[in-house]
Amino acid sequence: MSAKIHSQIPLEPERYELAAEPPYRFDLGRRDFFKFLGAGVLVVSVLKPAILAQESGGARRRGDSLPKEVNAWLHLAENGKVTVYTGKAEMGQNIRTSLSQAVAEELHVPIENIEMVMGDTQLTPFDMGTFGSRTTPTMNLQLRKVAAAARETLIGLAAAQWQTDRQHLIAADGKVTDPRNKRSVEYAALTKGQLLSQTVSEETPLIPATNWKVAGQTAPKVDGRDFVTGRHRYPSDQKLPDMLYGKVLRPPAFGATLVSVDTQKAEQAGVSVVHDGNFVGVAAASSELAAAALAVIHAEWKSEPQPSSKELFDYLRKNTVEGKDPTGDGDRYDVGAVDQALSAADHRLQQTYTVSYIAHVPLEPRAALAKWDGDNLTVWTGTQRPFGVRGQLAEAFRIPEERVRVLMPDTGSGYGGKHTGETAIEAARLARAAKHPVKVVWTREEEFTWAYFRPAGVIDVTSGVRGDGTITAWEFHNYNSGSAGIRTYYEIPNQRIVFHETNSPLRQGSYRALAATANHFAREAHMDELAHAVKMDSLEFRLKNLKDERLRAVFEAAAKQSGWGQNKTAGQGFGMGGGYEKLGNIATFAEVHVDQKSGDVKVVRVVSAFECGAIVNPDGLRNQIEGSNVQGLGGALFEAIEFDNGKILNGRMSEYRVPRFSDLPVLETVLLDRKDIPSVGAGECPMIGLAPAIANAIFDATGVRLRSLPMVPDGLKIS
Amino acid sequence: MAVIRLTINEKPYTVDADPQTSLLSVLRENLDLTGSKYGCGEGQCGACTVLIDGKAQRSCITRVGAVAQKQITTIEGLASSAQLHPVQEAFLEAGAMQCGYCTSGMIMSAVALLKRNPQPKESEIIAFMDGNVCRCGTYARIVSAIQKAAKVATVSSAAKGAGR
Repeated sequence: MSAKIHSQIPLEPERYELAAEPPYRFDLGRRDFFKFLGAGVLVVSVLKPAILAQESGGARRRGDSLPKEVNAWLHLAENGKVTVYTGKAEMGQNIRTSLSQAVAEELHVPIENIEMVMGDTQLTPFDMGTFGSRTTPTMNLQLRKVAAAARETLIGLAAAQWQTDRQHLIAADGKVTDPRNKRSVEYAALTKGQLLSQTVSEETPLIPATNWKVAGQTAPKVDGRDFVTGRHRYPSDQKLPDMLYGKVLRPPAFGATLVSVDTQKAEQAGVSVVHDGNFVGVAAASSELAAAALAVIHAEWKSEPQPSSKELFDYLRKNTVEGKDPTGDGDRYDVGAVDQALSAADHRLQQTYTVSYIAHVPLEPRAALAKWDGDNLTVWTGTQRPFGVRGQLAEAFRIPEERVRVLMPDTGSGYGGKHTGETAIEAARLARAAKHPVKVVWTREEEFTWAYFRPAGVIDVTSGVRGDGTITAWEFHNYNSGSAGIRTYYEIPNQRIVFHETNSPLRQGSYRALAATANHFAREAHMDELAHAVKMDSLEFRLKNLKDERLRAVFEAAAKQSGWGQNKTAGQGFGMGGGYEKLGNIATFAEVHVDQKSGDVKVVRVVSAFECGAIVNPDGLRNQIEGSNVQGLGGALFEAIEFDNGKILNGRMSEYRVPRFSDLPVLETVLLDRKDIPSVGAGECPMIGLAPAIANAIFDATGVRLRSLPMVPDGLKIS
Repeated sequence: MAVIRLTINEKPYTVDADPQTSLLSVLRENLDLTGSKYGCGEGQCGACTVLIDGKAQRSCITRVGAVAQKQITTIEGLASSAQLHPVQEAFLEAGAMQCGYCTSGMIMSAVALLKRNPQPKESEIIAFMDGNVCRCGTYARIVSAIQKAAKVATVSSAAKGAGR
């Protein structure tokens, strides 16, 4: 049953990630590899069509030619050193470690012997980008295959050297051993002088999760020491000799066009000034000088009147673009006869839920260092899509992609907010004019204003339920916030589910679990209201309408851990939320305390039960789940972007509240390790149950239903 | 512009800078000490935290001219050659980071806290650290790292006491 339901719900890519431009093919010839890698053994993995469809997400959209070649490779040097090349990017989700574990497991070498080269468009194979919780289900599996193929190749080399049957040989601890003849040979001795290239075959045996020794165990962050000593260089820490600091003149409102500009005073200050179309920027010897020069530029802008956050939800309803959806996929799901089922239902319920725009607030703002060498451009930047940014740079400067190299030093987080290459383009434009390398680091205010936001949305839910608690009808309309996670996993015979694309008043894009957060909030909060309508316990009501075994398992595990059904004291409340997203299953139980006088809401305890197949790194996984809950508190309780007439009104850390130490609940995590199911990602799914769990707990404590995220930006008003 | 003498991590430095410039800019741009991070520019996130005469201070809102006579410690000066500071060790042990961008500011704040209060209660840790933001949400691990570091300090001072 479980497998059936999981396959019924399509893996819905985030539509706002599809706003990315077409992918580009990696085209480095295989024979060129050894030129820069040196001699040894090379194993490459070739993408299969099934993986391609998942990885790209947008195969149907524009008839793109997708990368058909290699997506990872592993090089075993003559000295035994293992280097793995992948286009994935590290920004705190800890894949540098978990992918190393996968390689160490299959190749039988210590993690310390493995170097991961990541997110460098010159050295690593093409990759669409690091988003959508795809690294673990796709790249982890690919690297296991690559490492297993390398292991089999080494066994083959040893067998040839000893002229013996490979079946009698085993690989372990960086050696191939022949136990019968008590001899062994180091990998390095086998790779010496080789120029051997191998393609991964589907037949290469992988070590089953039940036999994992390195994967499946907690591994510390591979380069953790560099982070606690300040030695790691993030994109904003990059430096080159003769480097200048760049700043860009920002318009007073979104969409404003430049009417006139006077840069004379700035030029007299001895800085490099660029005016090119709507772009005005400066480059100077220090960021302070650059800011001072920017301040003396006089510019006039023209802008159009724009909506404000006060009228946001009305605006979204009125500005749908039905029938114009460019993706043309999965916008509407109909089954049964919803209208008749609603009329026949014992109880009907109609409610509207809303979510606000929120900002990613990555602690490291966008940053890029650009350097021209003749017509060749190199950019170090913090992005989840190094290859996408390469494409943007090539397009902006009208140069072939071969002349652009983008490198992604492990960056100060992204959460879906670093898919685009604004700073890269700005730094490169300034560097070309200044004839020096230029670094651009956005201020926090720029990051709040000129990046993009998690989409706001309005969701209307109408449902019908029989007196015995069987849900018979479900109508669900989502305006703007996205269609990921829009389908229900509850067994309902009559459904109408529609996503309405809308002209967003603000620039919007990907965000950790973006649409799934909104859709689960509406669905799981509504489930609680329905349970209340039929006077059933929330857990019992869910389980009555839920067949999916994996989802039932997490709800039951979290209920057990949290002690669901406990007695409560004044101001105390308990609630749950959960669901299925990006192939993972989560149930979240929250306990809140609402101060009866002040209305302050404190989330006291959060219990999460999560299942994502075979666990690769248990502590890394717990860290992701805890982090999802803490970050999720912000969007659930108090984060919202306020705007008016093309301006952001709260675009500073002092005006936009993010979760802090004092918001921290007790976090308890139950991991369900399903070694029989392939590993999937965990960066997003654990977040989706939190907001409805808190909403339902607040109702339990106070009898007040909150249907808008954030729920209590100014505390709860208890009438 | 003025010549300003600074003592950073017990080493003397001379910089030519406007005294109004933020200490953070001078550390990062003039001296290439990039362990202290920019996060907000208004003292709200703690990523730029350094120690000034042993006290935690936000270097992004500290004028360089104001710290000329003082002892400045940055994350780069915390470990003594091969030996990490107990707080650094504790952060590694507790896995108290994801992207790590807040980590140096967190560690510097924690060091300042433990200097002032070697055995802080959990509520005291939370109150003291509330000005430091971790967007990845590793707060619980950071609290536990600080508790571990406090414990190590007690054990090592007890061991010293016993040896006397």
